[in-house]
Amino acid sequence: MIQTLAFYLFAVLTIASAAATILSRNPVHSVLFLILAFFNAAGLMMLTGAEFIAMLLIIVYVGAVVVMMLDIDFAELRAGFVKNFPLGMLVAIVLLAEMVLGLGAYKAGALNLGTPDGTAVTPAGASNIEAIGGLLYSRYLFLFEAAGLILLVAMVGAIVLTHRQRGDTRGQKVSKQIARRPDEATVNVKPEVGKGVSL
Amino acid sequence: MIGVEHYVVVSSILFVLGVLGIFLNRKNVIVLLMAIELILLAVNINLVAFSAALHDLTGQIFAMFVLTVAAGEAAVGLAILVIYFRGRGSIAVDDVNRMKG
Repeated sequence: MIQTLAFYLFAVLTIASAAATILSRNPVHSVLFLILAFFNAAGLMMLTGAEFIAMLLIIVYVGAVVVMMLDIDFAELRAGFVKNFPLGMLVAIVLLAEMVLGLGAYKAGALNLGTPDGTAVTPAGASNIEAIGGLLYSRYLFLFEAAGLILLVAMVGAIVLTHRQRGDTRGQKVSKQIARRPDEATVNVKPEVGKGVSL
Repeated sequence: MIGVEHYVVVSSILFVLGVLGIFLNRKNVIVLLMAIELILLAVNINLVAFSAALHDLTGQIFAMFVLTVAAGEAAVGLAILVIYFRGRGSIAVDDVNRMKG
């Protein structure tokens, strides 16, 4: 009973805040609604027992991605909303109809989904995180490494794209330092008494 | 009792909202990126729901990979947005075809 109640609460809030995300006029409000949608989706996932993915969603998205978006704000708004509305609605309705048809076919038994081969079941007594960790570091190890590589490439790409050389900074030029010789950097003078040194 | 169908309905509504967001907000690239995030969230909910329903963890692991790619995509997308904003002073989608080098 409580599970049903929680499901409907999370589901309604997720959909409502997703709608608010795409409809709100201010982009910053959109981002905040997106955060709300992600929290509620994490709640939905928690209900199915997928604790790890739920926590990951909150940490990765709410912690990093969405806050990154909050960084930028401006108001270049909403012209063409009315113009694009019919086409957008048409596409959305067609898409939803397709999904309803697919779900209907599934319910009617027309789709044969097959069953998992049982190699990725949660071991008895293991928590969700333990089970995922065991699978991730054994069977999906190479995919896991590939995911790390993707993140590395994304990081390098983002840095290369946004890094700019500023003209007014004085960085260390290592090659110039190494190439410097004592005789070109210093002079030996013998000043006479009372005359001083002219530099 | 909440079955996998309930989750599929929620995630398909989320997916459609994301697609609708792409069509409605042609002006603002940030909202467009957020709509893409919504679509990926819908996919993740679907994967996790089926993973729980079939007692198979592969779906959750795949959801993790989707999350990884989504994070990379958001990072690179926002970086492109930042240099675009630097160069033009606006982020209107209309003349993004100036990016053709």
